[in-house]
Amino acid sequence: MTTSSPADVIVIGAGVVGAACAWQLARLGLAVTVVDRGPIAGGTTGAGEGNLLVSDKLPGPELELAKLSLRHWQRIGETLPDIEYDRKGGVVVADSERALAGLTRTAAAQRDAGVRAEPLTADELAGHEPHLAPDLTGGVYYPDDAQVQPMLAAARLIAAAAELGARTRPGLEVTGLLRSGDRVTGVRTRIGDLPSGAVVNAAGTWAGEVADMAAVPLPIEPRRGFVLVTEPLPRVVRHKVYAADYVAGVETDDATLQTSPVVEGTAAGPVLIGSSRERVGYDRTISVQVLRRLAAHAIRLFPVLAGVAAIRAYRGFRPYSPDHLPVIGPDPRAPGLLHACGHEGAGIGLAAGTGRLIAQSVTDAEPDLDLRPFRPDRFG
Amino acid sequence: MTATFDFDGRPVPFRAGQSIGAALIAAGVLSWRSTRVRGRPRGVFCGIGVCFDCLIIVDGRPNVRACLEPAKERLDVRRQDGSGHAEITV
Amino acid sequence: MPRSPSDSVHDVAVVGGGPAGLAAASAAAAAGCRVVLLDAGAAPGGQFWRQSSDADAHRDGLPRDRTYARLCTAVRSVVTYHPRRTVWTIVVAAGGFTLHTTGAGGEGVFRVAAVVLATGAFDRQLPFPGWDLPGVFTAGGVQALLKEHGVVPGRRIVVAGTGPFLLPVAVGLVTAGAPPAGVFEANRPGRWPLELLSRPGMPSLRHMHTDGDARDLAGCVAARAAEAARYVGTLARHGVRVRARHAVIAAHGTDRVRAVTVARLGEQWTVVPGSARTVECDTVAVGWGFTPQVELATGLGAATRLDADGSLVVTVDRRQRTSVPGVFTAGEINGVGGAELGVVEGEIAGRAAAAELGRAVSWPDALLRRRYALLTFARAVHRVYPVRNGWRNWLRPDTVVCRCEEVTAAEAAAAVDELGARDERSVKLLTRTGMGWCQGRMCGFAVGRLVADGAPGNPRSVAERPLATPVRLGELANGPGPAAAAPGSADDPAEPGQKEAG
Repeated sequence: MTTSSPADVIVIGAGVVGAACAWQLARLGLAVTVVDRGPIAGGTTGAGEGNLLVSDKLPGPELELAKLSLRHWQRIGETLPDIEYDRKGGVVVADSERALAGLTRTAAAQRDAGVRAEPLTADELAGHEPHLAPDLTGGVYYPDDAQVQPMLAAARLIAAAAELGARTRPGLEVTGLLRSGDRVTGVRTRIGDLPSGAVVNAAGTWAGEVADMAAVPLPIEPRRGFVLVTEPLPRVVRHKVYAADYVAGVETDDATLQTSPVVEGTAAGPVLIGSSRERVGYDRTISVQVLRRLAAHAIRLFPVLAGVAAIRAYRGFRPYSPDHLPVIGPDPRAPGLLHACGHEGAGIGLAAGTGRLIAQSVTDAEPDLDLRPFRPDRFG
Repeated sequence: MTATFDFDGRPVPFRAGQSIGAALIAAGVLSWRSTRVRGRPRGVFCGIGVCFDCLIIVDGRPNVRACLEPAKERLDVRRQDGSGHAEITV
Repeated sequence: MPRSPSDSVHDVAVVGGGPAGLAAASAAAAAGCRVVLLDAGAAPGGQFWRQSSDADAHRDGLPRDRTYARLCTAVRSVVTYHPRRTVWTIVVAAGGFTLHTTGAGGEGVFRVAAVVLATGAFDRQLPFPGWDLPGVFTAGGVQALLKEHGVVPGRRIVVAGTGPFLLPVAVGLVTAGAPPAGVFEANRPGRWPLELLSRPGMPSLRHMHTDGDARDLAGCVAARAAEAARYVGTLARHGVRVRARHAVIAAHGTDRVRAVTVARLGEQWTVVPGSARTVECDTVAVGWGFTPQVELATGLGAATRLDADGSLVVTVDRRQRTSVPGVFTAGEINGVGGAELGVVEGEIAGRAAAAELGRAVSWPDALLRRRYALLTFARAVHRVYPVRNGWRNWLRPDTVVCRCEEVTAAEAAAAVDELGARDERSVKLLTRTGMGWCQGRMCGFAVGRLVADGAPGNPRSVAERPLATPVRLGELANGPGPAAAAPGSADDPAEPGQKEAG
């Protein structure tokens, strides 16, 4: 392209992770261009619920990233208008003594890692969520869990980056990477070559394809999830509420269908009902079996929902990585290429911290977190 | 004797096979719902069950499409405000 | 005893009880298939042959439609008919399809080897200031009130929009004793013979073009012209004049409509300066063509295309086959073309479904020729009644674009101008247009045009509705159970050979 000067950084992917990277980079005064073959937030972000959770993370690198991210989302929420940032809190419930014992152990470990986690007796559950089924055994309240509207968050971050000089090219597909020896020096598109000092792979479920262009394998796969959306309701669910077995479903490597009840209200009215996880490629067909299970789970937690209509259902594809950790940072196999991908279902929550770490990596600053657990060349 | 149902405490006559919405319009009632966000009045718009603008409460069930729901003797029909689910607000 | 609204004893499921669905069901049954007809309506006929709910109220004096009578008889004698039963999704299952339905009897599941979708269309709408006031109806809504319920919704009624459907609505009002206070057609309908002569071909069907087709087409044009002339004549006798190149550009009132602003339109539907005037009225019937209901087909993965009128429609071949084996479509879902075309396409689709299942069927040449003629005519109609871009200038910033979620024109514009939305799905996700009860059926066309700067946009991106109709979570969770329908309820299926009561 002859009409514009080379960018310092090209970010591939205009989802929330790419948007957060672009904003953090632009704030450091770098010239950033975001390219996406689709529209802004047209992939996983547009199908996300916008959860910013610490409650579902076991102590370890992902929890540390989540904590870092929450701090940055709070700042973003205070800086950018209208992203529906809401510190709603999370309530995790157990329906058996055994499940409660496991949940209590998890919460204790999370507290040791600096997460606020308050045990709730069966009676106390009703105080937090009056419509919860009366026969649940107990739960844990996580006051730090929060939410944003993911599309608005991505779009506002990109708009804020644009005010700092960043450019966005939706509908522009990257067809190859420019190389100089091992080094990645830009991207190839139908409108020509776009040179840049660094390239950030924030391509979500397609991140593996981008990595392939640099001949650096990255085992990111789509993991399908369905969400049921109810008719608009007044506030009937205050927090994000899910069952203790949700974490197990996230952590499993099983490709077959996992479902676990996740229920939450939205500012706009509808209640969102998840969750399902299955690795079936990009199969977009509806699964009635999954929808039935989601409905049954939701009613198990909130019997009042039995009389409420589902008016919409949608599916999305999470960028799954085999060890359930994202891939963040420079790729030693291809200098100039950085990855910001593989966040599975936690991409909205982890985006703010990821953007911060990417900006630090690009500018050779000391990162806020040890990046070794997220390194791109860790897979066999 | 004309068949009627009850709309907010007053009898509304209907002809066999008529919908609740049609009977209300025939009785001069054009609006029986207020919207969630702006509180605007609404009634029948598409008349064939597609637009969901004519939602109404029938025998305690909110969000019934008045344009499709057959009128029946002694139904308890009430106007609907907002989501129609105020009773489950927490 | 009523049976469960579920079964696996049928070969073919037909979805939709309008002209195309009735014809498809009848044709498939005549070819020896066991057919179940699932109809969201209360009685066979659909929106076009809308049965009067009052059994003895054929006041319009028109003879009962012979095709309709023939198809109703066929459906009653050889097809299992389920009224008030809505299909919420169809999934491909082993050796066929599973249709998941909802209705007063609860959830019902039907397993069949082939499916004919004849789901019809609804009035297409364009937002304008005041269009959400009570007393503003879709043209089809007024027609339904008149024909099905015997209700004239007001005293001073204005009919407006575009398309040939406005005329029968206006005539219906005349017949009901309420001549419209005005009929405003945004286009120039007088042009359609020119359109037909200037661009006659339909490339995809050109191989069927014969002299016979030309004669069919001429017959079709003559019949339609005579019908239109009859309508205009009836209106004229009652002092009602159809004003071409005029539109209702705003409705006024606080709790209900009290008046409208009518203006003369320029070539692209911009308002001719100084032409706006106020017309007092208590009711508006407005429609801008029709939007086909395609979501069951798109849910199955069927290929779609943009039709000449800008609608997303299902792509079919000469046998009404979609891109999904075993799935056939007929009627408005393939492109808005009217009841007559629907019947022809339904007869072909029903035969094709039977042929797919190994039944011997004949393919009368006349049937295929007739479809060609009617399709050619329908395309000409679309060219005569386009939606021009000027309507976007009628909007005010506070005009509600999405009625359900109450999203204004200014909010939709901000999603485009400030947040970079370039398609209707992005606007939807950013502003909630199309996320409410109607799932974008009312605002989808308009939002697409707003975001794409008047171009058709990408309607497929928002036309996927995995739930084609709302389903109660309790019903969804429990799945198909025993029928809850009480004996003698309106939801009893009419079995083949079973005489309808009354």
